[in-house]
Amino acid sequence: MACESESGMSVLEVQNLKVYFESVWGNYKVVDGVSFKTHKNEVFSIAGESGCGKSTLVDGILRLIKPPGHIHSGKVIFEGTNLLEIPEDEFRRIRWVKIAYVPQGAMNSLNPVLRVEEQITDAILDHSNMSKEESRELAISMLEKVSLPVEVARMYPHELSGGMKQRVIIATAIALNPILVIADEPTTALDVVVQKSILQLLGSLKENYGMTTIMISHDMAAHAQIADRIAIMYAGKVVEIGSIYDVFEQPLHPYTKGLISAIPSIGKKYVKSISGLAPGPLNWPKGCRFHPRCPSAMDICSEVEPTMKDVSSERHIACHLYE
Amino acid sequence: MSDQIMSQSLLDLKNISKVFKIGGGLGLISRRTIKAVDSVSFTIPSDKATITALVGESGSGKTTIARIILGFVEPTSGEVLYKNRRISDWLKKNRMGYLREVQPIFQDPYSVYNPFYKIERELEKIIKRFKLASSKAEKRELMLNALKDIGLRPGDLIGRYPHQLSGGERQRFMLARILLMKPRFIVADEPISMVDVSLRTTFLDYLASFKDKLDISCLYITHDLNVASYIADRIFVLCHGRVVEGGPTDAVIEDPLHPYTKLLVSSIAIPDPKRRWKEKTDLTSVESFEKLKAGEECIFSARCPYVKEICKQKAPPFLETKSGRRVACFLYF
Repeated sequence: MACESESGMSVLEVQNLKVYFESVWGNYKVVDGVSFKTHKNEVFSIAGESGCGKSTLVDGILRLIKPPGHIHSGKVIFEGTNLLEIPEDEFRRIRWVKIAYVPQGAMNSLNPVLRVEEQITDAILDHSNMSKEESRELAISMLEKVSLPVEVARMYPHELSGGMKQRVIIATAIALNPILVIADEPTTALDVVVQKSILQLLGSLKENYGMTTIMISHDMAAHAQIADRIAIMYAGKVVEIGSIYDVFEQPLHPYTKGLISAIPSIGKKYVKSISGLAPGPLNWPKGCRFHPRCPSAMDICSEVEPTMKDVSSERHIACHLYE
Repeated sequence: MSDQIMSQSLLDLKNISKVFKIGGGLGLISRRTIKAVDSVSFTIPSDKATITALVGESGSGKTTIARIILGFVEPTSGEVLYKNRRISDWLKKNRMGYLREVQPIFQDPYSVYNPFYKIERELEKIIKRFKLASSKAEKRELMLNALKDIGLRPGDLIGRYPHQLSGGERQRFMLARILLMKPRFIVADEPISMVDVSLRTTFLDYLASFKDKLDISCLYITHDLNVASYIADRIFVLCHGRVVEGGPTDAVIEDPLHPYTKLLVSSIAIPDPKRRWKEKTDLTSVESFEKLKAGEECIFSARCPYVKEICKQKAPPFLETKSGRRVACFLYF
């Protein structure tokens, strides 16, 4: 597929992943054929509005889909193995050790009756062969790495602010030195100043520890601040992938264009919403899924679904305008 | 009504404080108090419709202020005047008149509707209560026009239940409701935080057009300075229940005076990869363990990089500096 020459560099490769949810009305095609590659040592962003399938995509990658949802087809290649084919206990050895996950609203997932240190050591002991003493030391050194004071180790979650809890979660996630960290909406519900500190922490993982980070967010400003490359999702599909600078400077897909010009920001005079409403996953529009809202729609757009094409080695887009 | 007694302010908050008691029970355990709103004063002018943004982080008391203005919460001290009359007085003597003029838009469009009733009941109720229509045909006409004016297709909405609408549709339906009532003043508490990114500006543009075309003023409560800078004429910045700075939007954002406003403005994520943050946040300044502290000192003194001796002794007054700029900070006096 795209950029074969760099395949040696890719950490995670998703190939045509489809996650469907069964219902009496038919299949909800929430993630419907998503492909992308993350390079080593980068922050790869996945952007999209609510309902576009970005969180389900992550659940699919990590095999966290529960019935009535199922993975319809596709591959998730990590270190040469397809994660979707290996047995669950084998996958358990990869999860958290090699791929860490910071779920949405993670700061509310801390156990209220356990001290911070116990929560971190729990995760470490569960996924490694360390002794209790070793894991405790590691836990405390991890807190330092995410700029939390040592006293936090002895505290309970209710004593911490939202930003501190999020940092505890990130400390737990990176404790076993994973290759890949996946963070789903890591800054939602945090204050502006704290948001900045969490984003800077996530952005520093690649330099400080050589990790690759996948960040999912609806917040284009968050992506603009720390991402290296970005994938834009719309209606269960990726419509555009490119370097963050290219995508913001010259968005190609009409949806990306609309999304970027729809964000109010300081000093920006021209802001405009995309007309129409996002479609639902039971009946995606025929042809290109964006065509009912697209200002440059052509006849072909309502008939034929566009496929992902390479505009350049680093720029991929699914739109009939660029064929 | 009462055009004669109107002076220069539409809404006037005078030294409002609200203290909540937390914890304890049966009076056996000593209760702690938390000052959610601490001596807040500001006015909304009445000569010209304006959008005023109240900006603050979570826990800064911005929602409590909204609830005080709407009459859901009584302030512990201080008074709120709407058209020179106390709100408690309005609510006692002319509740309908007050609700007719001051309307809320809430944050969560999923919880404001009664799930058992069809969505149009929300509009029918208003028409009935405020006697906006004299016949059934007129009622229908009013409803259809309000929906159409807000860019909703009546055919898609009428007869449906709230759960059948998307978040964006529900929030826009609130705008149709506003349009039907044509109040004088809207209190909007984080109204777009649950609306899709691509539709947010439409919502904001409607608020702006209400201001320009219908002369409706708005108190816009948000944590997002990007949004505040887009929509508001004036900004007030709240920090732990106190107003620390106020002034015209461009001035506050381009040249923030208070150290807290400076911190906020420097933390804004600008959606442009070429304008990334230059410096790292000093994490020690971000979080302190004493969240409930409400002493006599400047509220920001524990985190302030420019803190002076006087800042730890008393709270700075909220005074005017340059034209139209107000700040509560000893650096300027």
